[in-house]
Amino acid sequence: MNAHRSLTRREWLVLTCAGTLAFFGIWALASLAGLTSRQFLPPPWTVAEKFVELTYQPFSGATLQKHLLSSFGRFGMGFALAVLIGIPLGLILGWFRWADAIVSPLFDALRFVAPIAWVPFAALWFGTGIGGPVLIIFTGAFPPCVINAHRGARYVDQTLIEAARTLGARHWHIITEVLLPASVPSIVAGLRVSAGLGWQSLVGAELIVASSGIGYVLVKGQASISTSIVMSGMIAIGIVGFAIDALLRRIEVQLRRRRGDER
Amino acid sequence: MARIRNGRSEPSRLAVGGLTLLGVILLWYVATSITQTIPPVYFPTPAEVLQALRQISLQGYADGRLQQHFFHSCWLVLMGFMVAVGIGVPLGMLMGWSRRAEAFVNPTFLLLRPIPPLAWIPLAIVWLGLGDAAKVLVIWFAAFVPAVINSYAGVRSIEPYLIEAARSLGVRGAMLVREVLFPGALPLIFTGLRLSLQACWTTLVAGELIGAIVGLGHVLYQAGLDLFPAMIVVGMIGVAIGGGLMTAALGWLETRAMPWHRR
Repeated sequence: MNAHRSLTRREWLVLTCAGTLAFFGIWALASLAGLTSRQFLPPPWTVAEKFVELTYQPFSGATLQKHLLSSFGRFGMGFALAVLIGIPLGLILGWFRWADAIVSPLFDALRFVAPIAWVPFAALWFGTGIGGPVLIIFTGAFPPCVINAHRGARYVDQTLIEAARTLGARHWHIITEVLLPASVPSIVAGLRVSAGLGWQSLVGAELIVASSGIGYVLVKGQASISTSIVMSGMIAIGIVGFAIDALLRRIEVQLRRRRGDER
Repeated sequence: MARIRNGRSEPSRLAVGGLTLLGVILLWYVATSITQTIPPVYFPTPAEVLQALRQISLQGYADGRLQQHFFHSCWLVLMGFMVAVGIGVPLGMLMGWSRRAEAFVNPTFLLLRPIPPLAWIPLAIVWLGLGDAAKVLVIWFAAFVPAVINSYAGVRSIEPYLIEAARSLGVRGAMLVREVLFPGALPLIFTGLRLSLQACWTTLVAGELIGAIVGLGHVLYQAGLDLFPAMIVVGMIGVAIGGGLMTAALGWLETRAMPWHRR
């Protein structure tokens, strides 16, 4: 066994291709073998066809892009709200010990409630309006924002704070001028987690309380027992989730590089 | 005023936390029962919640008593989680050990990873119906990906010289896995397990909200239909307690499994 050694580029390429082929091959075989009906497990190409078809032929009221757009709008609102409230809150909790002592127990208690468990209240408070999904996304995306801003503020180099103090900085100044810039890496790392959880919560919310959006496509596909529609929706969700994560990771890398250069 | 770096002692922190929770409950009581700032249609009074709790634990609600719902949910999570860990950890360790296995399996992972577990729910329902099997499948999926990724990272995090040393002493095969790779990867494996347990719990609640016969999610769903805010709160508390207990159990297991790894 010579396992730990690294592979040559060619070996790697061959194995990766083989792996990809194996994945699609097993899927196609399972579908063609006739174990279940094609409707339950369509082969990959049928799903691909369906995916393309959904982009120009409206399904439950809109094309796939339009559904994605409305999902993305909700996601943007919930995520923005979580960031705008969560990060200042995290910084404040990181600075004022008394605030931390008061808020943290509550926060910890609420955090154990899975975001999706807010769905009945979301429906009760907002009906089928936009508020419901936004609330769910918010509850999913909020904790990582708070936790990472809090942690970032906690681990700021003490000398920076003392220096700011000697120069006469007030609480507010220390938070905005010292804690915020110093905790940016931690905050951005939190944003990635938060966006991932928010996107996932969005899907959950739309599965239950929505009449448009990508989650709704899944529900409708499920109701009409069309696996190819469900799978197309899952692929779209995966692509958007991946894109959001890639964007944030890019920002993270860029930021780290710039900060590294400055020092 | 000034921030105290060392913080307060643990008991006083606990006391402040407890007082805060008491304060919030008092505030809740005042706002809903006395001043009625929050109308009872939107949020229940503490008395109503107690009443709902009594109703569900003595007479039952949504086709079962609280205990039945609670244990059913916990049981499903445990099953999905165990199967996922049982398959995921060995697979992840294999990928961490052998670059060939990694190159072969990785494409499948890259394709499946961006799809959030919640998005599998409709597909699971199409395939397996509304029963427990669909939920276990989705929970399995939620736990599987983090289990694999962290076991993989865990094996990769082992210092190569440890493996070299073990090998030069003639340790190989199963013994190498048991004595070097597994203990070395364990800290990161547990990180993965904690993540996957949370994902499991969220997924289960979502799955039960969408369709179930018993379970905490089903309680939430039924309470939402009946416009019964007090029962929604009971369900949410149940979800929080279940998630909290399981996390605590995992933490206990972690300290038992890694006595050398004190944090």
